[in-house]
Amino acid sequence: MAQLDSKVPSGPLADKWRKHKTEIKLVNPANKRKYEVIVVGAGLAGSSAAATLAELGYKVKNFVFHDSPRRAHSIAAQGGINAAKNYQNDGDSVYRLFYDTIKGGDYRSREANVHRLAEVSVNIIDQCVAQGVPFAREYGGLLANRSFGGAQVSRTFYARGQTGQQLLLGAYSALSRMIGAGAIELHTHSEMLDLVIVDGQAKGIIVRDLITGEISRHAADAVVLATGGYGNVFNLSTYARGSNVTAIWRAYKRGACMANPCYTQIHPTCIPVTGDYQSKLTLMSESLRNDGRIWVPKRKEDRLKPPASIPEADRDYYLERIYPSFGNLCPRDVASRAAKRVCDEGRGVGETGLGVYLDFAEAIGRLGEAAVRERYGNLFDIYHEITAESAYQQPMRIYPAVHYTMGGLWVDYNLMSNVPGLFVLGEANFSDHGANRLGASALMQGLADGYFVIPYTIGDYLAGQKPGSRPSADGPEFKAAEENVRSATSRLLGIKGKEPVSHFHKRLGKIMWEHCGMARTRAGLEEALKMIPALREEFWANVNVPGSAATLNQALEQAGRVGDFLEFGELLCLDALKREESCGGHFREEYQYPDGECKRDDTNFGHVAAWEYQGPGRAPLRNIEPLNYEFVKMSVRNYK
Amino acid sequence: MVAETTAKTLNVTLRVWRQAGPDAPGTFVDYAARNLSSNMSFLEMLDVVNDELTMKGEEPIAFAHDCREGICGTCSCTINGKPHGPGHGIATCQTYMRSFQDGDTIVVEPFRARAFPLVKDLVVDRSAFDRIIQAGGFITARTGSAPDANAIPVPKTDADLAMDAAACIGCGACVAACKNASAMLFVSAKVSQLGLLPQGQPERDHRVLAMVGTMDALGFGNCTNQYECSAACPKTISHDFIARMNRDYLKASVRAAFKPVAAGASGGAG
Ligand SMILES: Cc1cc2nc3c(=O)[nH]c(=O)nc-3n(C[C@H](O)[C@H](O)[C@H](O)COP(=O)(O)OP(=O)(O)OC[C@H]3O[C@@H](n4cnc5c(N)ncnc54)[C@H](O)[C@@H]3O)c2cc1C
Ligand code: FES
Repeated sequence: MAQLDSKVPSGPLADKWRKHKTEIKLVNPANKRKYEVIVVGAGLAGSSAAATLAELGYKVKNFVFHDSPRRAHSIAAQGGINAAKNYQNDGDSVYRLFYDTIKGGDYRSREANVHRLAEVSVNIIDQCVAQGVPFAREYGGLLANRSFGGAQVSRTFYARGQTGQQLLLGAYSALSRMIGAGAIELHTHSEMLDLVIVDGQAKGIIVRDLITGEISRHAADAVVLATGGYGNVFNLSTYARGSNVTAIWRAYKRGACMANPCYTQIHPTCIPVTGDYQSKLTLMSESLRNDGRIWVPKRKEDRLKPPASIPEADRDYYLERIYPSFGNLCPRDVASRAAKRVCDEGRGVGETGLGVYLDFAEAIGRLGEAAVRERYGNLFDIYHEITAESAYQQPMRIYPAVHYTMGGLWVDYNLMSNVPGLFVLGEANFSDHGANRLGASALMQGLADGYFVIPYTIGDYLAGQKPGSRPSADGPEFKAAEENVRSATSRLLGIKGKEPVSHFHKRLGKIMWEHCGMARTRAGLEEALKMIPALREEFWANVNVPGSAATLNQALEQAGRVGDFLEFGELLCLDALKREESCGGHFREEYQYPDGECKRDDTNFGHVAAWEYQGPGRAPLRNIEPLNYEFVKMSVRNYK
Repeated sequence: MVAETTAKTLNVTLRVWRQAGPDAPGTFVDYAARNLSSNMSFLEMLDVVNDELTMKGEEPIAFAHDCREGICGTCSCTINGKPHGPGHGIATCQTYMRSFQDGDTIVVEPFRARAFPLVKDLVVDRSAFDRIIQAGGFITARTGSAPDANAIPVPKTDADLAMDAAACIGCGACVAACKNASAMLFVSAKVSQLGLLPQGQPERDHRVLAMVGTMDALGFGNCTNQYECSAACPKTISHDFIARMNRDYLKASVRAAFKPVAAGASGGAG
């Protein structure tokens, strides 16, 4: 059974991080260059970590499967990043950001981690501005803010609709500076396919070069995974196509615990599905809910009528009606389920009936078209490209889609997993968002982890490792792990079945969406737990992966990732089955209040579930980390 | 939904550049793509063609893609002679089949440029862009050393113009579109973004000299003011930034000649 010591420091909430920083061990500057750190991933979390660790003097190797670090999925984040700057003087504070995040997460995150996140949020904005991130500004030259769901203050900083791009390019420039200085060795097109454990500690990785097919071993004093989220287990999602679970899944199979995999976020405002060929779903940023009003017709009969012909009196602005104090800005899980409910009632719009209106007519009347264009022009353009419709003239049609995963590898307060020496940052860990993430908080967490947490906490681990004690990559553990990767690759190429990889991914996605999506039931999950292993068996008997392992082979890359999703999806459903309550993004129909809100069970489920691998074909072990709320009272979330 | 009711079905012939590797010979191969929906994206159409090839036991067409929403800069096809295809201000992945007619022959090639060696089929190596950024495309701001974000107000017009430049997705269409395979638009966008901001001033001269020097060394061509780059840019980045960079470059060269910078004072990593 894994040891899950959260290592949360004692003392008052607001002092924990400061105190911890003064108490943890340091590595002296002359010794830092004797340590090598592997960072896998160069999204916000990975590139900020790699750059900062290199600035401190550690030798860093950075691996990405992309052709450039700048292409990480973080680039696609649109809306913004939260920080408790209180520049708007609207009553924001570190405590309020902490509280909103804890409450938004439906009381399923760790208090101390979340408070630290809120504390360092202010430093992130300073850091980014110093790097030249062109955040939106007011006419006076100061930084502008907007509001996001789950908050009653304006604390979101943004760069048009491309905030993730600008933050990532900032972190990428810091990373590039250190690469140019020779302090970081960059490996692009390099996919980590196994974690190497030596004497119970993470000491290296096995990597496949996606261009040459070469498989190589890399040893280090510590390994940092910042490999992003696993939402593509649903196939259709707002993620980039390449995002996958492989790095953390393989680490799981080497002993790292997987925490709360069932906490997945369905974003309320995405462009609806149009056809079977569809490869991805496009997000319409939550920032649109600042000015857009969500509605469906009051009567089913009106659902196919042109929206303009439906008079005000016949429209149901259901979020404003049900949640008057948060209105269109209620949290994502709440808004998504409300959309599902009105569509289930038969009032959904568009041919498929799986859509609701997001209407800007009122905003255009109030602010003028030019102002709306200035705020959201690029989003309206994206909408137009995909649907050939103008949101200036008619309301957008939107529907919820898979968008983010709160679950991930279990980490302690130092962001170290239960495997010593293995650190996990960004969306790949489970730490800060509980059962639901608030908008604009993932970018904040990624950069907090990379710029301001890991640079301190990794020292605490490395100080306990003798400089130069790093094992050689020629050791037996490395050899065995490499062999493991080689045989998996040749096995995939050898099946020569009939179906392309994409067919299996689509089928898995359908199972996940239908049985483990916005609403889950015991029966549905039990069914999924039968269907997934059957599909997996079919995959290993009938997938066709053409080509060879010695060149760029995208089908082979995909096959490896989908193979992992076919295992991971089962764990996700199992976690959803065993969590017999509703909380945040995890909604079990059996556990709800009469008004359809989540019914949590703090007595029996006020904990983190951290799954531990027990070997092939054996049921994983469900470990528990109790969540002790010392400072905030766990209460029923209310956005009414 | 409206998109569905307006969907049309079309059949096209794809004429695709196939090349097994950098040293292998390349050639165009025709494929029939049938029963496509006009609401499919161009890359979704390639997915369908690839699945069919796979089921026939042939190797699928390698093409670069990731976000499929025009922001990561990975996709990079030249379609009917135009980098990123017929649309204006969009990337390959934002091209929809409704831009083509039933019966069309569509020619698909990789981005071609000396500094972007071919990897396979439609995939090229654009790591030269990363090396240009590594040479100077940054502001040195060690983590933890930053002043309060509102300590230095930035005029909104400067911030907005910096953002216009910063919108570059690093796809390389500008290079592919230029008959000289010049990277001036890419480089000038970064030089301008950082040069427009007060935070970017200390390294301004070093930055432009280092980035332009690296660009030249990597085999990109010269700019002869044809502005095909801006026309092909999925973010419609203005070629005005090239003129701005040329001014910066000139000033920096003059200053470097007459006022040598003290050793180590350039601040950058270069
Ligand atoms: C469309 C969209 C919009 C969003 N908008 C917002 C927003 O407005 N605000 C907000 O706060 N959040 C937003 N989010 C969420 C946020 O963008 C992500 O959670 C966050 O960027 C994740 O960053 P990351 O660094 O953890 O991972 P990623 O950016 O996903 O980076 C993962 C990195 O790991 C590498 N990698 C992965 N696996 C391997 C492997 N096996 N081997 C080698 N390398 C590997 C990849 O190459 C990549 O470099 C949005 C998400 C989406 C999908
Ligand atoms: S795939 Fe990301 S820009 Fe086209």
